[in-house]
Amino acid sequence: MKNQLFKHHLFWPVTMLAALLLFNLIYSPDFFKIVLREGHLYGSLIDILNFGAPLILVAIGMTLVIATKGIDLSVGSIVAISGAVACMMISKGADQSSLSLVLTAIAAALGLSLVLGLWNGFLVTGAGIQPIIATLILMVAGRGIAQLVTSGQIITVSSDTYEYIGTGSLATLPFSIFVVAFMLIIASLLTRRTALGLFIESVGSNPKASLLSGVRSSVVILAVYIFCGLCAGIAGLLLSSNVSSADGNNAGLWYELDAILAVVIGGTSLNGGRFYLMGTVIGALIIQTLTTTIYMIGVPPEITLVVKAFVVLAVCLVQSEAFRQSLVRRWKTRHYPGEKEVVRRAS
Amino acid sequence: MNKFGKWSAAIAFTTLMVVTTACGGGSNTNNNAEPASTNTTTNTAQTTNSGGNSGGGESKTISLGFSQVGAESGWRTANTKSIQDTAKEVGFDLKFSDAQQKQENQIKALRSFIQQKVDVIAFSPVVESGWDTVLKEAKDAGIPVILTDRAVDSADKSLYVTFIGSDFVEEGRKAGQWLVDQYKDSAEDINIVELQGTTGSAPANDRKAGFEELIKSNSKLKVIASQTGDFTRAKGKEVMQAFLKAHKDIDVLYAHNDDMALGAIQAIEAAGLKPGVDIKIISVDAVKDGMQAASEGKINFIVECNPLLGPQLMEAVQNVVDGKPVEPRIVTIESTFTSEQAKEALPSRQY
Repeated sequence: MKNQLFKHHLFWPVTMLAALLLFNLIYSPDFFKIVLREGHLYGSLIDILNFGAPLILVAIGMTLVIATKGIDLSVGSIVAISGAVACMMISKGADQSSLSLVLTAIAAALGLSLVLGLWNGFLVTGAGIQPIIATLILMVAGRGIAQLVTSGQIITVSSDTYEYIGTGSLATLPFSIFVVAFMLIIASLLTRRTALGLFIESVGSNPKASLLSGVRSSVVILAVYIFCGLCAGIAGLLLSSNVSSADGNNAGLWYELDAILAVVIGGTSLNGGRFYLMGTVIGALIIQTLTTTIYMIGVPPEITLVVKAFVVLAVCLVQSEAFRQSLVRRWKTRHYPGEKEVVRRAS
Repeated sequence: MNKFGKWSAAIAFTTLMVVTTACGGGSNTNNNAEPASTNTTTNTAQTTNSGGNSGGGESKTISLGFSQVGAESGWRTANTKSIQDTAKEVGFDLKFSDAQQKQENQIKALRSFIQQKVDVIAFSPVVESGWDTVLKEAKDAGIPVILTDRAVDSADKSLYVTFIGSDFVEEGRKAGQWLVDQYKDSAEDINIVELQGTTGSAPANDRKAGFEELIKSNSKLKVIASQTGDFTRAKGKEVMQAFLKAHKDIDVLYAHNDDMALGAIQAIEAAGLKPGVDIKIISVDAVKDGMQAASEGKINFIVECNPLLGPQLMEAVQNVVDGKPVEPRIVTIESTFTSEQAKEALPSRQY
């Protein structure tokens, strides 16, 4: 029983998250305090969920792509493009709060994200370019497209309807949490209740063998890139709606790296072939909690990145089977000074 | 299957080409493959017109080569526009080049200006270091160089004539001065939180230093938390949310630019407080959105960081060409705005 708990793939990520939260609790006792304010819950934990929502979304999409032994570097750019398109369309409208306008803008942004995902998938399957190169193209060009849409300016919108996506609350919880939950449920149902998950894993471990056994590898790969694009697009809407503005330069900057980190912390291997959606969610939450912690305890900005690096290093080391085993081995075969001497005399 | 693959690849690449060329032609985004295309915005019509008025006695048109950093923000766009418009007004032949955030583009542009034998070169360096060689080339060619907005760290000050730009330390001092004046009679401690710009950038370092220098005079003014918000709205909001949770009694927020202040305002409102009333807000930049918030009373005090340095640049260029002495450091004319002043100034803001 105890062994099973340790062996569970979520054990170490959850332990690390718990450790981080515990540290916060010791540092500031009312970290877990959540109060009801103007009909919605308010507190640090809610903040972590709300700000972490876009990262979780992007990371979910990234998990599936990585499961096929691919990688999508363009998610940060898609985040920027999606937010830019939505804000641009809303800002052009006469009545910015009108529901139909906001829905059209969202549809256009998500439609474009799907197309961008399709583009990535095409380059990988159709043109046979390695995923890291294929998506690098859009990573670089995409930020340019976002700047083109916004003409290099920050576009501010004043639309209560659009703002709701990122800041509104449903049943006292931030609306963004429901968006994430919805996408997570869809992803897990599709991959764990249908054969799709198996297909993804088989393509990830060996595309040729899967093709020979009747799995249409290219369609599966195409599908995961499109899904990843969609996730990034929704994340872009959440991010831009949260601050009611679109910033082509900075929105989603370095998101791809955070997302990959979240996926890896969650236990998914970059070699493809298996994936853990819940692990990814925990991984993203660890990253967001760490960021919030750093702000709360007042780490000077100059050393913030070093602190982050150490925590991430610790998380990764703890999760490494080989590292843990070598620690255990050292502990078991430890020698005290003079121990050898005693053994020799005794014999 | 194979055939399908080849076709889709062909289609994919054609689309890619169309997309990239569209980007390159449409605006000066940073993914343009063409390095620093020097598009000469000569205003022939204008010069012939003025030439007709003044007769043949005038000397030839002054040509100015200007290399801009890029078009990364509204501030920068306003800066570019100011330079292009004033050059047109005074009838200079402006050769404008966009470096798209790359130093090698800028060096190429400067070399092309030298080859074209322009009268004066002006540029906003992308980075601080690595300019000695190309500046030496300009000096050998006898072309004076003017720096705008950003400085270079060259030890040899004779490589350029003057540096026109904002004094970030002074901006920080102005922000600090207002705060000191506001709370000079305060009996209790005033808790200040600070949202810094990108860690290590000159505006962030200098605005912090200038502010600290001034508030040191009053021991009641205490900076209780200071964190970087990367000059962006999203980060400003996120950091402010954490500040509000970690510290119960924040009196003043000092943000190094308007965008972070705007993000922080949203966080303050979400916490059920009134920005500008419960928490006083000081910000730097005075871009349109910031001025809007100030006129609504959400930002109490804005220190301007003026991008419209076209007129001062053209004046300096004229003086250099005429052989008149030029100050080695020209500080941009900048003002400050309280909420009331912002309300008045808002309709006439250009950026």
